[in-house]
Amino acid sequence: MKKSLQARNNDLANTSRQLEILSNGIFKDELPTFASKISKTNQFPLRPKKLEILQINVGYMCNQVCAHCHVDAGPDRKEIMTKETMQQCLSVLKNVAVHTLDLTGGAPEMNPHFRWFVEEASKIGVTNFIVRSNLTIILANKKYHDLPDFFKKHNIHVVSSLPHYTRGKTDKQRGSGVFDKSIKALQMLNAVGYGKPNSGLELDLVYNPSGAFLPGNQQELENDFKKALKEDFNIDFNTLFAITNLPISRFLDYLIASDNYEDYMYALVEAYNPSAVENVMCTNTLSVSWDGFLYDCDFNQMLNLKVNNTIKHIANYNEEILQNRNIIINQHCYGCTAGAGSSCQGTVA
Amino acid sequence: MSKTYYDPADLRKFGNITDWNEELGDKFFEYYNSVFKEGALSGREKALIALAVAHTIQCPYCIDAYTGDSLKRGITKQEMMEALHVAGAIRGGASLVHGVQMMNKVNKLEM
Ligand code: SF4
Ligand code: SF4
Repeated sequence: MKKSLQARNNDLANTSRQLEILSNGIFKDELPTFASKISKTNQFPLRPKKLEILQINVGYMCNQVCAHCHVDAGPDRKEIMTKETMQQCLSVLKNVAVHTLDLTGGAPEMNPHFRWFVEEASKIGVTNFIVRSNLTIILANKKYHDLPDFFKKHNIHVVSSLPHYTRGKTDKQRGSGVFDKSIKALQMLNAVGYGKPNSGLELDLVYNPSGAFLPGNQQELENDFKKALKEDFNIDFNTLFAITNLPISRFLDYLIASDNYEDYMYALVEAYNPSAVENVMCTNTLSVSWDGFLYDCDFNQMLNLKVNNTIKHIANYNEEILQNRNIIINQHCYGCTAGAGSSCQGTVA
Repeated sequence: MSKTYYDPADLRKFGNITDWNEELGDKFFEYYNSVFKEGALSGREKALIALAVAHTIQCPYCIDAYTGDSLKRGITKQEMMEALHVAGAIRGGASLVHGVQMMNKVNKLEM
């Protein structure tokens, strides 16, 4: 199995090196920086609106090592949220009016306190409780086989990645054997009611391109996915979110190694859509890292760009003070504003 | 920079053709964009036709553009290659069907 950039001592495991690349080169003289681009439409500085989503990253450990992973996750990552930090998140959750709680990783299920946390958080009663499951984890070990039932019990909204409805494309991005396991896991989720009409159990899929190109039209892709998965495997799901790969971490490494970096950045800048800026994820989301620090989004978290605010940790959470901040941007943000835009909930424009 | 007739970076400048004739350039792009909208044919079907035609007319810009477009639409490489074989078959067939003309001529001229 491949290793994370960090375990390989890759240059890009150093986030300041990534930011240096994103801030120089073609962005010195050829292409406008994201800040100058959004200034043209008077959208600089980017400011948060009402906080609606709390996205908590419970750890970078994962059973997979996907080629494009912006988290640089893998079995060799040991950053795992402690129960204490989870307690701090729960105290905040009790006092904020977010409608969505979004648990991500790594593979969030690998955190030893995952089930406890889900149980406690579901008692608080957020409207939309998302767990981002990579699907294969359900089959990775016997102790995970009952996850579909566990999700159902807590009315979890399951959001899962599947880069394509064919084996070849999926395995190339996510590792060999991933497609077959993902299909099996989707069938297990369907079997308990997930993705089935009128079950109330939401199962959404995330599509992201398996290479140096932008996603196509979300609706058309959803139609193709629905048709193929139904015909070939009798699988149902609710919605497909088309997500753009942001040029950070392992995807940035891939772009540079395959000599696609400049063309990809050109494509992102060319597809810039000012109306997508209004609704980029960071305007209504706050991201919490495994060690409790706060970020404008999961991508800024992976670039180690903590919120530009006096409050930087969930333990000192104060919504009023936090909402009064400028969002930290860099050229990776072009990934959120290309075409119909991109967020953890798919297109935004 | 090496001197070649084709520079991939020129594809990005396609829109500049309106600089020297705005009216016709705009008309062309309006038509072009309408052609590729979903209609009786899906966007996916149109992309595969465009990819096959690009190879038939051997336009490197179009090949780059519609290879990328096909990937964006989630079209697999197997589907893309099959589309090319359709183009190849028609192209080869177009040569060979003229064999009938050749045969007619030979039959007419030979004793
Ligand atoms: S993309 Fe998701 S499943 Fe893949 S390595 Fe990263 S966290 Fe794990
Ligand atoms: S990368 Fe993060 S900070 Fe930048 S636009 Fe996207 S959500 Fe906002």
